[in-house]
Amino acid sequence: MQVAPTQRIEKLWTGIPGFDLIAEGGIPKNRTTLVAGTAGSSKTIFAVQFLAGGIVAGDNGVFVTFEEIPQDIRTNVASLNWDIASWEAQGKWAFVDASPAPDEMTIAGNYDFGALMARIENAVLRVNAKRVSLDSLGSVFTQFPDESTVRRELFRIAVALKAMGVTTVMTAERSEEFGDISRYGVEEFVADNVVVLRNCLEEEKRRRTVEILKFRGAAHQKGEYPFTISSEGLVVIPLSALELKQRSSNSRIPSGNKQLDELCGGGFFQDSVILVTGATGCGKTLMTTEFVAGGAARGERCLLLGFEESRDQLFRNAIGWGVDFARMEREGNLRVHCVYPETLSLEDHLLAIKKAIDDFKPNRMAVDSLSALERVSTLKGYREFAIALTSFIKHNQIAGLFTATTPTLLGGQSVTEAHISTITDSIILLRYVEIVGEMRRGITVLKMRGSPHDKQIREFTIDGYGMHIGRAFQNVSGILAGYPHQHGLDEMGRIGSMFHREAGAGD
Amino acid sequence: MHSLNFRLFVAGKHHRSRTAIQSVQEACTRLLGTADPLEVVDVLEHPDLAENHRILATPTLIRLSPLPSVRLIGDMSDKTSVERLIDGHGSTVRPM
Repeated sequence: MQVAPTQRIEKLWTGIPGFDLIAEGGIPKNRTTLVAGTAGSSKTIFAVQFLAGGIVAGDNGVFVTFEEIPQDIRTNVASLNWDIASWEAQGKWAFVDASPAPDEMTIAGNYDFGALMARIENAVLRVNAKRVSLDSLGSVFTQFPDESTVRRELFRIAVALKAMGVTTVMTAERSEEFGDISRYGVEEFVADNVVVLRNCLEEEKRRRTVEILKFRGAAHQKGEYPFTISSEGLVVIPLSALELKQRSSNSRIPSGNKQLDELCGGGFFQDSVILVTGATGCGKTLMTTEFVAGGAARGERCLLLGFEESRDQLFRNAIGWGVDFARMEREGNLRVHCVYPETLSLEDHLLAIKKAIDDFKPNRMAVDSLSALERVSTLKGYREFAIALTSFIKHNQIAGLFTATTPTLLGGQSVTEAHISTITDSIILLRYVEIVGEMRRGITVLKMRGSPHDKQIREFTIDGYGMHIGRAFQNVSGILAGYPHQHGLDEMGRIGSMFHREAGAGD
Repeated sequence: MHSLNFRLFVAGKHHRSRTAIQSVQEACTRLLGTADPLEVVDVLEHPDLAENHRILATPTLIRLSPLPSVRLIGDMSDKTSVERLIDGHGSTVRPM
């Protein structure tokens, strides 16, 4: 007896941005995928977007609705720019209205879902559908209380759809975010493939995630990924799915401050991520201003994102240092976006930033400050955001300067440093140095990947022309630790004798 | 005189369909004297009619007239339920 050759399961691209990446190509073709989620977790949007993505790609679809009436669905998704009515008129989309009929209904005796199956098959044939969405299974169980009959019939429908060569998405309700997969146990019998949508409340913030729980016989990325609902539907933000494929550039760009360029061994690299940390008032905004001005001076396009100060404040600060943002804007070298961090979720901020980058195509960008966004999210969410953003700009070969605030005035480390220091190429520390009753300022280049750099902590001053970096602090230690103190000469002698002198080394 | 109209939706021509049809026809004859007001629709042949009335399960018996329309779902073996639907609120009108 001959056994048919085993074929690999093909994937069907859903068209949901980011989802196809974590699904490694899409959902399994010609199979049923269950999308389970609690109330408000965007299951219906997923189901609609699956069909919408198909129509854009030339696959027609049938939407079987068990809960909402077709007119409500058309209205609800109109704000996402999906004109279902026009697709229906063009014969690309068909509804099967399986929502509860208003008639008084009695159930007595055995029954099956023959009519529903006939209607679905008829709709699939009528529009020549390749995709079918059923939304949502929980409603069927409410209408028809005999669970075993409903399960059996839903299974028959899934089998029939497979036989018709259709790829199906079924949505189902869950009662808890981390509990049984679905309320009526539908996943056990109806689907080889399960996707879970979650809408968790974490530290007073809603966080939407998608998890591909299983694809029978096909590969996918594991774990939860955050998603958001943009003006074009669901957008999944895959992080670890991004590959470390950034090219590395050897060409240098000016930092905007000639002295800083020297400290860095010639300037920043063209596609580097630069982190500037320091306490409040230390000079971070000045550095971003000089960075932006340095780019504009050589005709680069610069994007400045402000999360702490208003546009007017930023412009006024800049004038105080001799930098005219208004002129740069007029000449098309600068775009400024100022937004209160609290207004959007981190995922939405990320999307807005990506959109600004796609629109303006900057050569360099500055974010002042990243720490402002840390305030409005959980630690985990912030880390993912920081990684996603820096990965994105590296991928687009944009030089990015980010500022972060250290929590203490003297010394200390910012949260941002802890999370993204490994993926930044350059780290510049700005610190207050308290010496003999005066607050002075120190700058040091802590890290400059791929280049030699100055190792000293130098004093800098700020005036109406910007930042001036001067000489290194002598005989002062403990600046970064937060306890700067000066050494007397005899102490220096003692410290000098702590280290073994190698033969031939100078004094 | 109220006009009476019933529609019985079945799926296909197998045993359960035939039994259901028979059961309802008998009930009509018994209560109304005739099975004329009953239309039988096979959803496999007329899915559009099933669509119009939003039928999901089969067999489904609907009273379309007089209003309000009511539905009975099941194999129609439960004579009491069938009769209650056909009989309405006990206001059976026998054709002259």
